[in-house]
Amino acid sequence: MSPGELLPGSAPIQLVDQDGRRVADPAYGCPDTGVLLDLYRSMVAGRRFDRQATALTRQGRLAVYPSSSGQEACQVAAVRAMGELDWLFPTYRESVALVTRGIDPVEVLTLLRGDWHCGYDPHAYRAAPQCTPLATNTVHAVGLADAARRKGDQVAVLVFIGDGATSEGDAHEAFNFAAVFAAPVVFVVQNNQWAISVPLSKQSKAPTLAHKAVGYGMRGHHVDGNDAAAVYAVVRQALDDARAGGGPALVECLTYRMDAHTNADDAGRYRDEAEVELWRQRDPVERLERLLLAEGALDEAAREAVAAEAEESAAALRARMNAEPELTPGDLFEHVYAKPTAHLHRQAELLAHELSEEA
Amino acid sequence: MAATTSVTKKATTPATKATTKAATKAAETKAEASVTPAVRTSVTMAQALNAALRDALRDDPSVLVFGEDVGKLGGVFRITDGLAAEFGDDRCFDTPLAEAGIVGTAIGMAMYGMRPVVEMQFDAFAYPAFEQVTSHLAKLRNRTRGRLGLPVVIRVPYGGGIGGVEHHSDSSEAYYTHTPGLKVVTPGTPADAYSLLRDAIADPDPVIFMEPKRRYWTKGDLDLPVRTEPMDRAVVRRPGTDVTLIAYGAMVATALETADAAREEGWDVEVVDLRSLVPFDDETVTASVRRTGRAVVVHEASTFGGYGAEVAARVTEQCFHFLEAPVLRVGGFDIPYPPPKLEEHHLPSVDRILDAVARLQWEEAGA
Ligand SMILES: Cc1ncc(C[n+]2csc(CCOP(=O)(O)OP(=O)(O)O)c2C)c(N)n1
Repeated sequence: MSPGELLPGSAPIQLVDQDGRRVADPAYGCPDTGVLLDLYRSMVAGRRFDRQATALTRQGRLAVYPSSSGQEACQVAAVRAMGELDWLFPTYRESVALVTRGIDPVEVLTLLRGDWHCGYDPHAYRAAPQCTPLATNTVHAVGLADAARRKGDQVAVLVFIGDGATSEGDAHEAFNFAAVFAAPVVFVVQNNQWAISVPLSKQSKAPTLAHKAVGYGMRGHHVDGNDAAAVYAVVRQALDDARAGGGPALVECLTYRMDAHTNADDAGRYRDEAEVELWRQRDPVERLERLLLAEGALDEAAREAVAAEAEESAAALRARMNAEPELTPGDLFEHVYAKPTAHLHRQAELLAHELSEEA
Repeated sequence: MAATTSVTKKATTPATKATTKAATKAAETKAEASVTPAVRTSVTMAQALNAALRDALRDDPSVLVFGEDVGKLGGVFRITDGLAAEFGDDRCFDTPLAEAGIVGTAIGMAMYGMRPVVEMQFDAFAYPAFEQVTSHLAKLRNRTRGRLGLPVVIRVPYGGGIGGVEHHSDSSEAYYTHTPGLKVVTPGTPADAYSLLRDAIADPDPVIFMEPKRRYWTKGDLDLPVRTEPMDRAVVRRPGTDVTLIAYGAMVATALETADAAREEGWDVEVVDLRSLVPFDDETVTASVRRTGRAVVVHEASTFGGYGAEVAARVTEQCFHFLEAPVLRVGGFDIPYPPPKLEEHHLPSVDRILDAVARLQWEEAGA
């Protein structure tokens, strides 16, 4: 492919503008209203889930929570663009993406509640455990995608990373492996413009992160990450191309992290409230809502119904999260190896003995 | 040094020496019989490893072999020689130069049902993959409560003695043995090279397969395919009554040589080949040391914080009342791996091991 074909366009791809009006794009059509309604519902639910998780953290129910408030369009639309058999490789920030994938929210929060490192069955949802070491999930995604390709399966892989994580060596290795192997993988970079306290300007001098793709011989797309329609259309096309043997793609979604890095972070130490306010005007959920209301796909009653449904899910989650989980310390030794070694067996006995003494 | 050793030794040899001599002879014959079965062709460790990969690729379509230069070239040590030609580019292939990428993609492939066997070109060049190994490969089974097992084998040619310039001779095993979730295996003989590699590839857990590169060209008489003891067992390579040398990888041959030299000096030395560093075969090691009452752990790696420290501690914990002397360690010095012209001073030699044997408080025992 010529460099020109790989390069992102001069402006982020947008299919719905901030006022909720459709924008014509030469390459992508706007998803139909049914899809937009589904995206809207999922984004409202995702945002409500996120608020609930933040509240649970304040109440001490979660050890930590990295909010994705403001990034709903990226997470929801990208996941909705996936096929049933596709695999998802999330990071710590993708709780909303995982809930959107259909995973029980309590299982999603198992990691952050501190019960276990991963609460869901990755095979059941074709979703890898949430990944904390930055960009290390990108190479796993490439490996799984390439294994599927070698087997001749019609499977593509979507992997999320942040803007900061694109600086990590593993991201580079993954981009390169993916291109060389023509692995069916789509790298979705949520450029929320901050890596904890470090702004993108200190992370990269690339014109956009999407431009990085070109150096690997891979397509780069630069998308308005607060436009769910655009994220959906571009990611879906990229996944379809990948599945059809067209190789990998990098999709940079330009968005903003509305909250601090996690509940433990103080964003006031490094960024201006004015900047946050600017992005509040660009809210992804309101944008889609405006379009749906204006086009008559949504009325006030339906809007309230969507909100009520999200509220109900949040209440159910709250109730379940308030129940103290039963943890079995002996489990610690269960899955270190397929069969516990004699050595671990002795350590398990030691712990069991300590526990019986305490009891 | 050796001369001094022999003097010390004669004076302090336990009275039972004459009887043990005969016993040793008999035991040696037995040991040989168990190590080398009846039919034989001469096979190098490199050939045995190559055969193991070939047979695994043939027997299991989910096995994939990949890494740097493993395709057409057959690897810089030729361990994958001929595999790409025989099984095609889809089963044995070259990757871009990126060790984290190699291990990371192997993890993803294993998640999708493959059994990747990847090659790190040299010990020290496996370090870029370390994060993938420690944070993911070792932990995914545990993180997912057993839902994602990773049957990945990482082959690491390791250790010195081949005159390599810097970064080509590290003994990196302790980095891996200190990481729960990994199995760490290292063959000392061609027969074990074949058998352990087959076991490692069939294992449901990730295995770091450490290949003692200076023994790649060591020959053994064996018929392939050969199966030896199960992967998690240590074996007594040479029975003896006075002292146990605990060794693995390249040091097994050195320990056996030491045992021969020690016999001339009147010590009847038992040699235990650990084979599996994780899990550790307490049973075999403990039984041996309880029998002999003395132990020396031998490895090439730097001694401080090395794998030998774990072995010495375990032996002490489990054999304290049987020990006639503290458990000693003979390892490399605590220095960055030396340049090739000086490496002989770093690597444990027969003399250095004999010196350690001589320090095992024979005087007190004789008194
Ligand atoms: C290898 C590694 N280094 C450092 C960290 C600590 N850390 C966690 S999140 C983070 C910032 C990541 O920023 P970005 O990739 O932009 O993603 P975001 O958190 O904004 O979603 C850092 C430095 C880590 N998790 N992993």
